[in-house]
Amino acid sequence: MSQSANDVVIQAKGLTKKYKDFVAVDGIDFEVKRGESFGLLGPNGAGKSTTMKMISSVSQRTSGELKILGKEPNTHGPEIRAHLGVVPQKDLLDRELKVWENIFTYGRYFGLSRKFLKGKVDELLEFAQLTEKRNAKADDLSGGMQRRLAIARGLVNEPEILLLDEPTTGLDPQARHVLWDRLFRLKEQGVTLVITTHYMDEAEQLCDRLIVMDNGKIMAEGSPAELIKQYSSKEVVEVRFGTDKNEKTAEKLAGLADRIEVLPDRILLYTAKGEELLAQILESGLHPVTSLVRRSSLEDVFLRLTGRTLVD
Amino acid sequence: MSDLNFKPGQAVDPQKAIRWGSLRVAEYRIYSMSKWMGSVIAYGLGNPVLYLVSIGLGIGALVDANSAGQSVLGVSYLQFVAPALLAAAAIQGVMDEVTFPTMDGFIWDKLFYAINATSVSSYQIANGVMLAALARGMFTVSLYLGVLVAFAAIPISSVLPLLLSSMFAAWAWSTVMLAVTARLERDEGYFAIIGRFVIAPMFLFSGTFYPLQLMPIYLQPIGWISPFWHSAELGRTLSYGAAMEPAMFLVHIGYLLFLVVVGLAFAYPKFKQRLAK
Repeated sequence: MSQSANDVVIQAKGLTKKYKDFVAVDGIDFEVKRGESFGLLGPNGAGKSTTMKMISSVSQRTSGELKILGKEPNTHGPEIRAHLGVVPQKDLLDRELKVWENIFTYGRYFGLSRKFLKGKVDELLEFAQLTEKRNAKADDLSGGMQRRLAIARGLVNEPEILLLDEPTTGLDPQARHVLWDRLFRLKEQGVTLVITTHYMDEAEQLCDRLIVMDNGKIMAEGSPAELIKQYSSKEVVEVRFGTDKNEKTAEKLAGLADRIEVLPDRILLYTAKGEELLAQILESGLHPVTSLVRRSSLEDVFLRLTGRTLVD
Repeated sequence: MSDLNFKPGQAVDPQKAIRWGSLRVAEYRIYSMSKWMGSVIAYGLGNPVLYLVSIGLGIGALVDANSAGQSVLGVSYLQFVAPALLAAAAIQGVMDEVTFPTMDGFIWDKLFYAINATSVSSYQIANGVMLAALARGMFTVSLYLGVLVAFAAIPISSVLPLLLSSMFAAWAWSTVMLAVTARLERDEGYFAIIGRFVIAPMFLFSGTFYPLQLMPIYLQPIGWISPFWHSAELGRTLSYGAAMEPAMFLVHIGYLLFLVVVGLAFAYPKFKQRLAK
């Protein structure tokens, strides 16, 4: 495989996947460069995981073009997969095997020697902070530890690209931060990361660049900062007046902000100066039950693009 | 905490990984199996000992005593039933090692999807499961043969021919069950049904305990389509020289190989289709 610094490792053009009449991925175009951390952001059912399966060279596309590491996945699937690390949405660990055995047996599928794996397993356990759990059964690990084991297993072949499908779904905040730290270290070491997520904070933390997907299509593409700048304001004021009052109160707030979004539980006001706007609201005699000024996030970008929130 | 000694894309030789994919899957399955080695050995030894005592010493003594010194077809009753019992042991061994791992691989823990994310292909996963099942079948049959020889139930010269005939049955049945299990979308107790309504009748009506020709003609087709009968007939000819037309010899081998081909022809595409979802 070529090793030049800025070469494209994944190239998709008009990538489409249909299941009978249902179009899961609808003609998307994107590129991922070596060493980049690339995200696919979208709600459940957006087509992220289907795209990931095509990138991981196990699911064949219906139409369009796809090149992974310069090769055609329909004809060179096993060859490409030899250089991919895959962390599936469900960990798919062998629950009956010990922690170290899960990594070791997985490494054997890549034809790695027992001698190489002996050292590699120790190194990966250390990296995943699982050394003390080395001889525990995978089934006995917490959710966060199982996720770290799945990542360690996905790294056993020293992949050029690590594919992570919803890496922190179901994990508690502490476990998520440990995982983000591990992934950030990998990125620093030059591993290309491709991550699907429906968590905007995760995408912001981990991704250099991302595509926002909905209904199988790409709604927007860019770095988190670029997307926020392009599709949202600098700050957002969130006010709650009560479920039955939000809609009516929003009419009174019209004109105060650059843009207003009325959600069932709150009103979002988009502006460059949040504190000033909140003061204006209070001065006008309106008294929200709760209020919050925050910076814009990818959630706001998604709301702007689709009219829906990411996590329904 | 430590960083990794990591050279992306340098560790794996893709061609080497691809070449030995089936064996890697078999290696993993055998490793998993080794966790249950106690049960495998107990089952492998327990069955033959029970059969030897109940059939060999019980029914066998009765049959031998009532056949005016001629025994069944000129050999002891135990020698007559041994090839069929070995085929049954081999078939049961591979049945366990094909069905449960395949259900686990596709439905319970979905481990096949993790394996398929490596350089291993879908057909190599099928091959690996089959090879590991055959290893289990061979191990079980070897234990069985050891017991038969230890009890002087068969001469030592019969060991290799009987190993061969029973492994033909194991191979045929493993691929058939691979194809059947790969089609199952849910675990609804199908294996108990197959055990009771397919394997048990085949075992009982395939000339296991007496020559198939002695059965009513309307029951004989069960034997004709059963790998038990073809394997037992091969074993009887190979081990103690039971009379057989050369054409029938080819029919027995041909039928078992036919099952292998049909089983794989149905299993491979189903593995590919399910793993590509």
